[in-house]
Amino acid sequence: MDLYEYQGKQLFAHAGIPVSEGRLATTPDEARAAAEELGGAVVVKAQVLTGGRGKAGGVKLADDAADAEAKAREILGLDINGHVVRRLWVERASDIAKEYYLSITFDRGAKKPLYMLTTEGGVEIEQVAEEQPDALARLHADPLEGFQPYQARRLIYGAGIDDPGEQKQILAIIEKLYACFVETDAMLTEINPLIVTPDGDVRALDSKFTVDDSALYRHPEIAEMRDVAAADPQEQLAREKGVTYVKLEGEVGILGNGAGLSMSTVDVVVVAGGRPANFCDLGGGGDAQGVVDALEVITSDDQVRSIFFNIFGGITRGDEVARGILAALEQMSIELPIVIRLDGTNADEGRRILAEAAPPNLYVEPTMLEAAQRAVELAS
Amino acid sequence: MAIIVDNDTRLVVQGLTGSEGRFHGLRNRNYGTQVVAGVTPGKAGQDVEGIPVFNMVADAVQETGANTTLIFVPARFASDAIYEAVDAGIGTVICITEHIPAHEMLRIHAYIRGKGVTMIGPNCPGVLSPGKANVGIIPAEIFSRGSIGLVSRSGTLTYQIGHELTQLGLGNSTIVGIGGDPVVGSSFIDILERFESDPETELIVLVGEIGGDEEEKAARFVESHVTKPVLAYIAGFSAPPGKTMGHAGAIISGSSGTAAAKKEALEAVGVQVGTTPTEVAQLVADRYATRT
Repeated sequence: MDLYEYQGKQLFAHAGIPVSEGRLATTPDEARAAAEELGGAVVVKAQVLTGGRGKAGGVKLADDAADAEAKAREILGLDINGHVVRRLWVERASDIAKEYYLSITFDRGAKKPLYMLTTEGGVEIEQVAEEQPDALARLHADPLEGFQPYQARRLIYGAGIDDPGEQKQILAIIEKLYACFVETDAMLTEINPLIVTPDGDVRALDSKFTVDDSALYRHPEIAEMRDVAAADPQEQLAREKGVTYVKLEGEVGILGNGAGLSMSTVDVVVVAGGRPANFCDLGGGGDAQGVVDALEVITSDDQVRSIFFNIFGGITRGDEVARGILAALEQMSIELPIVIRLDGTNADEGRRILAEAAPPNLYVEPTMLEAAQRAVELAS
Repeated sequence: MAIIVDNDTRLVVQGLTGSEGRFHGLRNRNYGTQVVAGVTPGKAGQDVEGIPVFNMVADAVQETGANTTLIFVPARFASDAIYEAVDAGIGTVICITEHIPAHEMLRIHAYIRGKGVTMIGPNCPGVLSPGKANVGIIPAEIFSRGSIGLVSRSGTLTYQIGHELTQLGLGNSTIVGIGGDPVVGSSFIDILERFESDPETELIVLVGEIGGDEEEKAARFVESHVTKPVLAYIAGFSAPPGKTMGHAGAIISGSSGTAAAKKEALEAVGVQVGTTPTEVAQLVADRYATRT
């Protein structure tokens, strides 16, 4: 789960990492009130779960409260890479002398947390890694050993931070960020930029924060941060029904069992020359209620023109799956053409059951590719 | 031979008294696996159709000589179950449970590596050595005995490919589902290494998917350490970046972890990559027919 900048900063502040004071606003009036409370110049920042908001006009400096209201009016409703701005973070403006970068990421390849620190902040870290690899200090932590102060020392010496005041503050921030990373089950915690003010104060000016979905059960306060209104309507419905679903851009609705087979189904539709409307994993079983829930989500997308069921019967046998599908279809009225490919245990029996009961909009095909071709043809 | 599970496997099922544990534990026993014990705290003295249940894994090891565990414990208790098994001296841990927090798996991975324990999963279908032992939820009836080693991050996709191989008259030495999480106990490399040294395995099929770089690492390992033929399938060519595709580990982050990059890395070292599961099975059959 990705967090907004202000949510990440709230978690930073909770961990003792210094951030600028700010307020959340969802209307120009609220932005004005926030700026009045903060006093002086403020920055009005679009809260969207995508990068490049500065270039898109989503971050603006405002001289006073009236100006903050005007800037909020400009930014609210902006479409930034397909994300519509509905929330603003109004923050006291900062004087910036230097921009650094600090992150801890979950390095799945190394199976260890990875620290990165550089004085070349304010730009994409991939760019720094490519153009000035020597400027980037990188260090893995041992997950059993946890944070040790020497790691932070190595990072600041490695990054070439030599001002004693900055060193002291950044050492403390690294330790706090590691604690925050572990305590929140984060996959990514990034501060870019980590600024130094003309007075020498170090502060997190932005945040990028991703938390492991599997660990949300033990962080209810973070789980509550999810902005359900910002999610795609189909994905929101899927979440409510407990269906594993990802919205794609095409016309062929897809329902498979198992994540790998469902991904493979999406690929085969593309191979057949079609455009998949979604990824949807029915899971291991094939009970009627699961099929009904998945079909409700898939057909709530107006773009869908045909549906491709790709089912492999394992422990849930093909004949049981076929009965589940028929029971589900009886409960719903779906007029879209449905193509079924059924394979595995008792698949012959399953196909026979489907063929006998077959409603006119149901097509049974023997292989994945043929089924995909039929589904693509029916969608066009 | 075969790898990881065989006739010497003496299995304890952690969570045997739960509905999943009972269903699959008994299926595994019916297949011929030696299921010697179950563990559920507070239920010592009970039995599940003759399989004795103990409070602790250590008791099961002492009383029954269990050497392998199959874990069906819910996610929030699963890491505790893994540590308990390892500390009781269990050498092979197979964990079916999905949704174990990734940070917990980082610590578990570091811990088991230090102890020389083999762990498969989590979020995996288990391991099947046809004709010898089935440990987990793989539907054994669709596979047959043979000399093809199959290693995969996915369950049903493995069944699909195994089923197509069976229809072409080809069987498997062992099928290993390593799991769909970002951090799993055994990587492709760990399993490739075992198949390479298993005399019963003549050819290896690797089934990967988007996310992480384990397929790329496997490609480098194949080039330097594997003499047996390797073929592959990769799922997720059409997956959008930044979206979790069913498995927690199946996510393209930025530009890393794409199916195209994995295919390229594998093909660069001479591993053929099929476009559909059916094509992979056919490639395997062709390759098998021309083996020397």
